[in-house]
Amino acid sequence: MADLALNMATRTLPLSGVHGGSSVARLEPASPAARLSLRARSEDVAALSTALGIALPVKPKTSASSHGRTALWLGPDEWLVIDEGQGGLLQAANDCAAPHSATDVSHRNTAILVSGPGAAMAINSGCPLDLSLKAFPVGACSRTLFGKIEVVLLRTAEDAFRVEVWRSFSDYAFGLLSEGARDAAL
Amino acid sequence: MLLIHCPYCEDDRSELEFRWAGEAHIARPEAISEISDEEFAEYFFLRNNEKGLTYERWRHIHGCGRFFNAARDTVSDRFLMTYKAGLPKQPVPVADKMAATAEEKTVETWEATEGDAR
Repeated sequence: MADLALNMATRTLPLSGVHGGSSVARLEPASPAARLSLRARSEDVAALSTALGIALPVKPKTSASSHGRTALWLGPDEWLVIDEGQGGLLQAANDCAAPHSATDVSHRNTAILVSGPGAAMAINSGCPLDLSLKAFPVGACSRTLFGKIEVVLLRTAEDAFRVEVWRSFSDYAFGLLSEGARDAAL
Repeated sequence: MLLIHCPYCEDDRSELEFRWAGEAHIARPEAISEISDEEFAEYFFLRNNEKGLTYERWRHIHGCGRFFNAARDTVSDRFLMTYKAGLPKQPVPVADKMAATAEEKTVETWEATEGDAR
């Protein structure tokens, strides 16, 4: 018998082994997380919030976090829910009777964590969004453009961001962020 | 770079995030199977292509993904106002209109120097 363990497939993360950043902006790939692209009408938001255990934000550019789950407002009827905790996100949505559309996009996206005093400047190297604390406070989120690709930005702290990108664009995003991080240190 | 106000995001965002989506307030005929070919062509193909104040549909495609309506001056490229889709045609505030026409006079166009092309 061949040794089956030797033939086991191993999962390679889209950004495994990359390194970049500078003295003012640290870049690191985020750990794998479960993600849900959620769409629902406004009258069903309350029921879905209960089912997912997180209050879906209804105010533009805001997010909500609880128990390892983060819900990001993307549009009036669209949210991105990220689960870095216990899992069971899709099942929780499935168990909700309120009409909605939930698509598991865990493997479509990957994330880059940008932190440090030059984090905003590194992102602004490819994104015209106003990232000052007044216009984009902690917890603010938005779908926007970064260079040639679409990203979802979330400010997790005053000097830290989570950049959600499609996995096939992650090399491009990481490369451009590295350039931006180097420029921010100049 | 233009900043366009998205009525759904309630925020001024870069023009890069938006796509133009044609003339606004074109109502689909109620009984479309009964109208003549000419009426259908008028509804389906023909657009006004006005110079000056126009009402257009825009889409915040790289943001909230929503379509909305905008009043824009095609001469100065200035967005006079934006409002949510589904609302009736909104009157442009007079002050904005004055500002737009004042700016229009300073814009050099072929028409300004060679006569009106209309």
